[in-house]
Amino acid sequence: MSLYYVQKYLYQLNRDPAVQGAYRSDPVAAVTSFGRDGQVATLTDEEIVALTAPDIGLLYHLGVNGQILMHFAAFHGIEWTDYLQRMRQGLRDHGPVREGVYALTTDL
Amino acid sequence: MSLVFAGVCSHAPGITGRADLADPVARDGLYDAFDWMRAELEATRPDALVVVAAEHFANFFMNNMPAFAMGMADHYQGPIEDPGWLMIDRFTAPGNRQLSERLIQEVMQTVDIAYAEEWLFDHGIAVPLHFLTPRFDLPVVPVNINCQGPPLTPLHRAWTFGEAVRRAADAVPERIALVGTGGISHWPATPDSGKINEEWDREFLDRWCRNDRDGLLGYDDLTIYADAGQGGFEIRTFLTVSAAAGGAAGTVHFYRPIPIFAVGCTIATYALE
Repeated sequence: MSLYYVQKYLYQLNRDPAVQGAYRSDPVAAVTSFGRDGQVATLTDEEIVALTAPDIGLLYHLGVNGQILMHFAAFHGIEWTDYLQRMRQGLRDHGPVREGVYALTTDL
Repeated sequence: MSLVFAGVCSHAPGITGRADLADPVARDGLYDAFDWMRAELEATRPDALVVVAAEHFANFFMNNMPAFAMGMADHYQGPIEDPGWLMIDRFTAPGNRQLSERLIQEVMQTVDIAYAEEWLFDHGIAVPLHFLTPRFDLPVVPVNINCQGPPLTPLHRAWTFGEAVRRAADAVPERIALVGTGGISHWPATPDSGKINEEWDREFLDRWCRNDRDGLLGYDDLTIYADAGQGGFEIRTFLTVSAAAGGAAGTVHFYRPIPIFAVGCTIATYALE
């Protein structure tokens, strides 16, 4: 579990066209080169899958800040209501948000 | 010269990005209020616009998160978001590095801030500029207060920062306009998006209009989170403008919850002495 580095990768992706280009051409290579084994920023298999699928619901469950996640969803062209639905589905599939201040406050 | 304009407005990305999904009457009412604010702003003949925003990880991250940051460049780019999603084309907004430096030097006399010679605007600044300076012909000084990555900038420090901004604006020969941007109660970018606590918003705006320092600093982040959501942390930008207004009375020109915009949309100004 390395939520900080998941968010750091997304922060860089959201703002940097070069990072976006690498991700678009080969998301698995781009993400694993950021967080490969042995680096400080080692990502778990679960996190790599969430970032590369992309699995918006799993990222939300893991605790990715909503503002970072919203920009990532927009980058993928995910329509607004679909974005909200994917987060809800993530909670159904994986359980409540693990950490952070963007947890659900209403009934699922 | 002095501070010639002080106001606040919403900056939610849905205001532009999801305009087609909104109730047309509500949307057009907000757009009319933005047009009114632009006219009021232009009537004060500002030389620069200081925009105090709560950004959303466009420039600052938890590897080195400043409590306050001010831009110090001649040009800024935006938006970082996909233009088709935000419905705002990529733009270059003018800055004024030399003016920024003088303002920063004065603010630093009482508040420790970071400065940045590059800055990418996200919707926190891009949406307000889209309405207030649509031709990008007014130099901008971007300001960020950490409202996103806890531990957040304390509310009372946002007030002190606002006092410092006022002192700096009064110390330079240019005519300075100040706009704070952000939401009041809202739960943006979550499945709760669209939830708005109108009662809480109206109480907050009442304190804001009375420039009630004790009332505004009487909030705390635990109760803000419970009653106004994590989006409510952005009231720091509103408090900064209150402090800069130096006790002036405020008026809310538009307030209406618009759920598809994920916030109670607000346009308000202070009547400066």
